[in-house]
Amino acid sequence: MDSITIIAVVSIITAGLTIALGSIGPALGEGRAVSTALTSLAQQPDASATITRTLFVGLAMIESIAIYCFVVSMILIFANPFWNHVIAGAAKVAGK
Amino acid sequence: MRLSPDQLIFWQHGFFKLNGTIVFTWGLMLVLAVGSKLITRKLSTDLKRSRWQNLLEIVVTGIEKQIEDVGLKHPEKYIGFLGTLFLFVALAALCTIIPGYEPPTGSLSTTAALALCVFLAVPLFGIEEQGLGGYLKSYMEPTVIMLPFNIISELSRTLALAVRLFGNMMSGAMIIAILLTITPFIFPIVMTLLGLLTGMVQAYIFSILAAVYIAAATRTRKPKPALAIKT
Repeated sequence: MDSITIIAVVSIITAGLTIALGSIGPALGEGRAVSTALTSLAQQPDASATITRTLFVGLAMIESIAIYCFVVSMILIFANPFWNHVIAGAAKVAGK
Repeated sequence: MRLSPDQLIFWQHGFFKLNGTIVFTWGLMLVLAVGSKLITRKLSTDLKRSRWQNLLEIVVTGIEKQIEDVGLKHPEKYIGFLGTLFLFVALAALCTIIPGYEPPTGSLSTTAALALCVFLAVPLFGIEEQGLGGYLKSYMEPTVIMLPFNIISELSRTLALAVRLFGNMMSGAMIIAILLTITPFIFPIVMTLLGLLTGMVQAYIFSILAAVYIAAATRTRKPKPALAIKT
């Protein structure tokens, strides 16, 4: 297998694995956060504004981990520097 | 497949490019500035006021209340910065309804610029509140060993702000673009609605996190003597 094929295969597999594994942790974390927030809302409905706001801030922080994995995955698929490099090299060889 | 509005070039002359990010950002700035100017030309304080003034008052008092809830005692000092952050990111997300528009916050340049503004504003507000020595000493809390970690956390949360907003807006635009090629009719509309919701939530998160960072930087650590009156 030449380097172009290796880069393509590894990029595709890694992109899929990144987003797959990277969504497990945040999903579990967000589930626990929401469940605890619901428990405290049931215990103290007066503090619902504070609890809701803190819940949303916490969810956004947890979500950003999944977003990092998504951004890496997108970069591997659409803006892959290694792929661009070998494609430019192959185009130069073909054009010569 | 376009990753961000940076690659949408409207006009180019040598080195200067007028890409989608710049055009949409300036469009948003025009709408916000001209709209506010027009609405606040004739402010009235009695019971009869225009509905636009009512809208602005709801927005401003809402943001003030949120800033106060976070722990900043005098929200009028910070509402200029935090309110602008919220309104810009929220309007950038809302205008996705307009066809042909791409949110400029879907480009890493815009979000990095906004995060850099927060990165600079936090020490500025902290120094204004606590003085230079007091603010710098806050980096050494609780012990001097924490100094590198505090600096690293300062840098990493700025980076996290930028990437969080960029990732959310870019992923929304990208999912809609992909769905348009697969199921063109109903599903992209549903995803656009989801994109609107996440855009508003991210605008709120961005400004609330900026407020929390500023509150952490301006928190007085030791009780001040009663004679020290700050104006």
